Amino acid sequence: MKNFYTWLGVFLIVVTSTAGDCLLARAMKQIGDLDDLRRHRGIPHSIFRVLQNPSFMLGISSMTLGFFSLLFALSWGDVSLVGPASASLTFVANAFAAKLFLHERVDHRRWTAALLVAGGVFLLAG
Amino acid sequence: MTPRKYFVLLGIAVFGAIGDTLLSRGMKDFGAVSPSELTYLFAAVLNPWVFVGIFFLLAFMAAYLTALSWADLTYVLPATAFGYVFIALIAKFFLHEHISPLRWLGIVLISAGVGFVAGGPESSHKQALEPEPEP
Repeated sequence: MKNFYTWLGVFLIVVTSTAGDCLLARAMKQIGDLDDLRRHRGIPHSIFRVLQNPSFMLGISSMTLGFFSLLFALSWGDVSLVGPASASLTFVANAFAAKLFLHERVDHRRWTAALLVAGGVFLLAG
Repeated sequence: MTPRKYFVLLGIAVFGAIGDTLLSRGMKDFGAVSPSELTYLFAAVLNPWVFVGIFFLLAFMAAYLTALSWADLTYVLPATAFGYVFIALIAKFFLHEHISPLRWLGIVLISAGVGFVAGGPESSHKQALEPEPEP
């Protein structure tokens, strides 16, 4: 059961983290350049703009689920497995999700980068 | 890309790496949490390591959101992975830990991946808005 719960935790981390990343990216694209906004309207207004964005709140909720999935997975499996497995799978899942849902132009350069980073994270964190 | 923007990307790597390290240290005090006592995970937040880790993860989130406001997700994400390289280099040069050849290979792969992405445009949306060149 230890293995099952560990991989269930990793699966939950990948799904919730990918959804969270995509929702946050969509929210920030809707809000626009945060540096410009802060310069022209100040920090409190910028924070308010971010907090009232529905995609941001959904993204944070998803990230929160991801956080507790991480704690759950870490309580069952070793950090040397949970960390690299969830991180490297999330990189690849994010590249697919960014292309599908955010319509980012994921060219050869970015696919190569996503795979290199996923492989590198697995080796380094393992 | 301005130096300030590279600084934000560096902040993502550093704050995220320190935050994750503190969380995993904190969860070592807890042991296995069974699915029937998931509410026990809430108590983990009160662990000092996890508590301080959350503050670093908040700083990570601020830098992450700032970067996502002007760059693509697939451009920003490799920067987060650079945190692993950061931790490994601290372990090697400050804690004098041994880094195996496989881990060095991991560092090379991540650095190559970050280099690949950093050489391209940070936003495909801005690129798409630019007028097509005349044939």
